[in-house]
Amino acid sequence: MASHSESIIREPLITGKDITYAQITNDVLRPVENMPGKAWWIGFSVASLGAMLWVFAISWTFWFGLGEWGLNKTVGWAWDITGFVWWVGIGHAGTLISAVLLLFRQNWRNSINRSAEAMTIFAVICAATYIAAHMGRPWMAVYSLPLPNQYGSLWVNWNSPLIWDVFAISTYFSVSLVFWYTGLLPDIATIRDRAEGIRRKIYSVLSFGWTGSVKTWQRFETVSLILAGVSTPLVLSVHTIVSMDFATSLEPGWHTTIFPPYFVAGAIFSGFAMVQTLLLIARKVLGLENYITMFHIESMNKIIMLTGSIVGVAYLTELFIAFYSQNEYEQYAFANRISGPYWWAYWSMMTCNVITPQLFWFKKIRTNIPLSWVLSIVVNIGMWFERFVIIVTSLHRDFIPSSWAMFYPTWVDVSVFIGSIGVFFTMFLLFIRVLPSVAMAEVKLLLKSSSEQAKKKLMAEGHVEPAEAEFYIASLEKFDSVDQSEYLKA
Amino acid sequence: MSSTKYILGVFDDPDEMMHGIDKLQKNSVPIYDVYTPMPIHGIEAKLNVKDSRLGYAAFMFGCLGGSIMFTMVYYMLVHDWPMNIGGKNAFAIPDFVPVTFEWTILWTSFGMTFTFFFATHLFPGRTPRVMDLRATDDKFVIAIDAKGNIPHDDITNLLKEAGATEVKHNTRKYVSYE
Repeated sequence: MASHSESIIREPLITGKDITYAQITNDVLRPVENMPGKAWWIGFSVASLGAMLWVFAISWTFWFGLGEWGLNKTVGWAWDITGFVWWVGIGHAGTLISAVLLLFRQNWRNSINRSAEAMTIFAVICAATYIAAHMGRPWMAVYSLPLPNQYGSLWVNWNSPLIWDVFAISTYFSVSLVFWYTGLLPDIATIRDRAEGIRRKIYSVLSFGWTGSVKTWQRFETVSLILAGVSTPLVLSVHTIVSMDFATSLEPGWHTTIFPPYFVAGAIFSGFAMVQTLLLIARKVLGLENYITMFHIESMNKIIMLTGSIVGVAYLTELFIAFYSQNEYEQYAFANRISGPYWWAYWSMMTCNVITPQLFWFKKIRTNIPLSWVLSIVVNIGMWFERFVIIVTSLHRDFIPSSWAMFYPTWVDVSVFIGSIGVFFTMFLLFIRVLPSVAMAEVKLLLKSSSEQAKKKLMAEGHVEPAEAEFYIASLEKFDSVDQSEYLKA
Repeated sequence: MSSTKYILGVFDDPDEMMHGIDKLQKNSVPIYDVYTPMPIHGIEAKLNVKDSRLGYAAFMFGCLGGSIMFTMVYYMLVHDWPMNIGGKNAFAIPDFVPVTFEWTILWTSFGMTFTFFFATHLFPGRTPRVMDLRATDDKFVIAIDAKGNIPHDDITNLLKEAGATEVKHNTRKYVSYE
């Protein structure tokens, strides 16, 4: 602890004066230990209405069959797979924040990883429901597993990307869950030791008997690091495999080698946008501004800008390869996307994903909370359109013009999608009420090195050369949002 | 005879707690354990805690998971039910890669995490054996086995000198059984 210090010129990760370890616990556990406020109830009511719509629409689908969706002979995949890929993509930011940023020792992840991981779990659940639903007969889902059966030597087809998908998504969900829950143990123990009565009993069961002894912490950190190490290639593989569902087919518009990296970049892009959408609201409603600071918001906006640019390059690469391949079917697929009957979807995608995130080049925009929130939603809309464009516009006009058709969603399609958003938000809102939305133990780790008060203390005690102090204050003026007058006093 | 079982030095600050460990060690007072609300880096070396071997467990489980999946796919796709798809080879190794990779990761994660739970005696519903309830919140606690140790008052003084805000003489090992 004593040996760990951080450069004075780095921006503080915890703002606010006189923050103590106890205050971090109190601040983070306020929504868990107290009755929820009006904002939570309003959000929860709206989200549960959405969830109820989902239950109704999915029940309708199961009762009457997939004929209730707008699918037809030509367009056999539409809103369902669009929703699936969208949700899986959203899930990716959680693992990325937990794993990749941990490996790169990016301490700013500590304040946001818990919510992002929870988001991953809920998003993958939403994605999985789509997969189960689009089978039409979800009780047959068991046949996607290589289980011994009574039909002789009948096994799943291991050559099929759809089977790879089953393994990728189920592994991703299981590993994310283990990573998330293991990380929660110390914080659940904190709740347990402050709770009384029945709550204490429940959290006692959930905490697995955590005590926080030295050896446990040491092993815990080893486990976290190795889980991060294995989750990093995992997260890249999952969306790569999802993209192979398309890329290994011969369908014009799908059969492209750019898909794996393009899907992964898109997933990170939409995932960070959803983290931003959730956390900008949560930090305000839960009063976590000191822990999820402008620095965090700005960092996430920078990642959105970077991945948005990568996605933009991928779109252009697709177009170039279609032209360069001299494959007329491929060329037509792209001409059809740009100027065919679904041109509005293509251009919505281009506007939302390529043009709008470029606004984050401006510091004033990426440090503006309302604008960041609006742009994060724009990105999510754009990413939904991206999946819609890939899936529907490629399918609706295939090799044989006599089979060309249009896809129009029915009310069931729309309700399942809107409902899945309701399910997601219901789960997230319940999560912030029962579990700490910020990883307390990890944030406490930063208090002595990366908090505003730690840096001010260093300066006040004269451990910093005057030139360095001046540079620090100047850099804050340039990059940060913390009130400068506080530093001048120190 | 004293009924004290454990002496706890409760610190507000992790640096002072580290100072307390130094002081106790200088006076040859054996430390039973240290409980903190967050990981303290550098404490393992001070307390001579050996490196965790969970990495080896992770590697072994990963190898096992990958081998099982590869064998399973080989058995099903090549041996038990070879399909003639356009005359292509049934033993299509590139197609084995995604699922083998996924199971390597799955077994690594689950195997290592369950080994961690097993080794640290963590499992759902286990009674929390906490010596001080605040050790998971905002206090840093050094626990010293009182039995056969130097005069308890000396330990108390050492801890206080190091900056302990409170020194407790617990007559029970754990407080969270209630």
